[in-house]
Amino acid sequence: MKNVLYALLLVLALAHQDFWNWDRTHLYFGFLPSGLAYHTVYTLIVVVFWILMIRFAWPDDVERFAEEGEISDPGAGGRR
Amino acid sequence: MTPLIIICGYLLLLVGLGYLSNRLARGTPGDYFLASRAIGPFVLLMSVFGTTMTAFALVGSTGESYHVGIGVFGMMASWSALVHAAVFFFVGLRLWAFGRRYGYVTQIQFIRDRFESNLLGTLIFPILVGLVVPYLLIGILGAGGVVKALTAGAFPDLFEATRGGIPGWLTGLVICTIVLGYIFFAGLRGAAWANTFQTLVFMATGVIAFVVISGELGGVRAATQQVLEANPAVLKRSETVGQLQFLTYALVPLSVGMFPHVFQHWLTARSAKAFRLTIIAHPLCILIVWLPCVLLGVWATSVLMPDGSLVVPVEHPPNSELAIMVEKLTSPVLTGILGAGILAAIMSSLDSQFFCLGTIFTEDIVLHHFGRAKFSERQIILMARGFIVAVVACTYALSLIEPRQVFTLGVWCFSGFTSLFPIVVAALYWPRVTRAGAMACVATTVIVGGALFVRSDFGRHGEELIFGMMPVAPMIVCSTAALVVVSLLTRPPGEATLKRFFPSTL
Repeated sequence: MKNVLYALLLVLALAHQDFWNWDRTHLYFGFLPSGLAYHTVYTLIVVVFWILMIRFAWPDDVERFAEEGEISDPGAGGRR
Repeated sequence: MTPLIIICGYLLLLVGLGYLSNRLARGTPGDYFLASRAIGPFVLLMSVFGTTMTAFALVGSTGESYHVGIGVFGMMASWSALVHAAVFFFVGLRLWAFGRRYGYVTQIQFIRDRFESNLLGTLIFPILVGLVVPYLLIGILGAGGVVKALTAGAFPDLFEATRGGIPGWLTGLVICTIVLGYIFFAGLRGAAWANTFQTLVFMATGVIAFVVISGELGGVRAATQQVLEANPAVLKRSETVGQLQFLTYALVPLSVGMFPHVFQHWLTARSAKAFRLTIIAHPLCILIVWLPCVLLGVWATSVLMPDGSLVVPVEHPPNSELAIMVEKLTSPVLTGILGAGILAAIMSSLDSQFFCLGTIFTEDIVLHHFGRAKFSERQIILMARGFIVAVVACTYALSLIEPRQVFTLGVWCFSGFTSLFPIVVAALYWPRVTRAGAMACVATTVIVGGALFVRSDFGRHGEELIFGMMPVAPMIVCSTAALVVVSLLTRPPGEATLKRFFPSTL
């Protein structure tokens, strides 16, 4: 499932380039130009995508690494 | 006068919030610099979003869409929706985890540790400060332009040169003083709380501004119809935005991965799960803020007053489109509320940026080189404040010289951070990266970015494209190439470092 989502991330990145809307001035709902309407829906799809990423691709290993190990005091880092 | 009274009331509220935060502060360095790593999901979302949305997002987006049209939304907003969340997920979480395990307070501490190099940290410090300064400048210029437009005619005898509006130098001075005040009171906890409050204010007022203004213009359909008749070019991208330019704008939001102030906010998270709300809701918040602003900017090109004159005259000061529309089309009370909302967006970034500068100076330069034992807690805090005041004074002085288009300056600033982003990605995912490779990346950023910025006459000429691409594209290609090539030619990091940052459990 993770790999599917990573592939979807790539598809989303490619889908951002909506070249077919470049010269269109069609207004959706009477006020939203094509290019703006597309990217509004795109942004909503991105929200759904990240919900899926958190549900199916959450980095549990990173969370375990941070919370199961010994916690250092702030300021202790960077001075080896 | 009414808008000014409301704005002043809002600023006093902020001072009060800072005082309240101070009463709840624990007085320890961990609380002052990192809010005791106790920030929950909602405050983390509000503070990260508020920090990333500046004058660039409200004033800059409206101004840029006035000139370029709807393409601005795709270039910045929808790309940021995808890319920012990706950076939080793939980079922010890991940096938070290392920060928690190894006690980092700043980005430079992580870089020094990961690359086994004190020199690299010292080298990056002036670069980060140098890149944050234009970011501060955006805020101060944006605030000055907005308040001047909103108070036009209020003090005709006092401020003749600005036609009665409060001049930019005075607004800049006031907001810098207020922000310095509440962060000095309560540190990063104060900034996080103030950010939460201010983010809610600017989001709400942005929506209110859009609803009220569109109502005054006869509705969203009527307003857009005027644009379709008078300026159809701004309703599409074919005449204003190149395809390659649009594509390469994807690189600009990568800058969030290198913002030292965002890194510091990440470190305040109570748990990994606190990031979840930010990852999901950040794109939604971007939509709520940017969509109305872009539409307002586009409408500003064409909508008319009842007397047939343009609401926003063709000749108008840079960055003032939103303020002019608010001032002409809403009531004085609403003008004041909306003005406070715009200032909220600006100040919610300034506080984190100011604070971060003080933190990295104190932690990464003074304490790192001279040792923590030499200074009392009070002295540490005084040094941080002293440095912040010095940087803010320089930035304020720069704001008095010559205004620039906020959006253009912002993009240059982000491009510099983006060009350094390969360092943090390699640090987290490529064991073979070396300190020499990271240094080469920094040097390449300075040389290539600096040359291109000078070529653009320091951002005076609006957006400069390189073979149709945003300048950030050649910058990051060169900096990444330098990082990779030099890393492969130099000695790899030691085993201890590799075990520390690439444990078998990760």
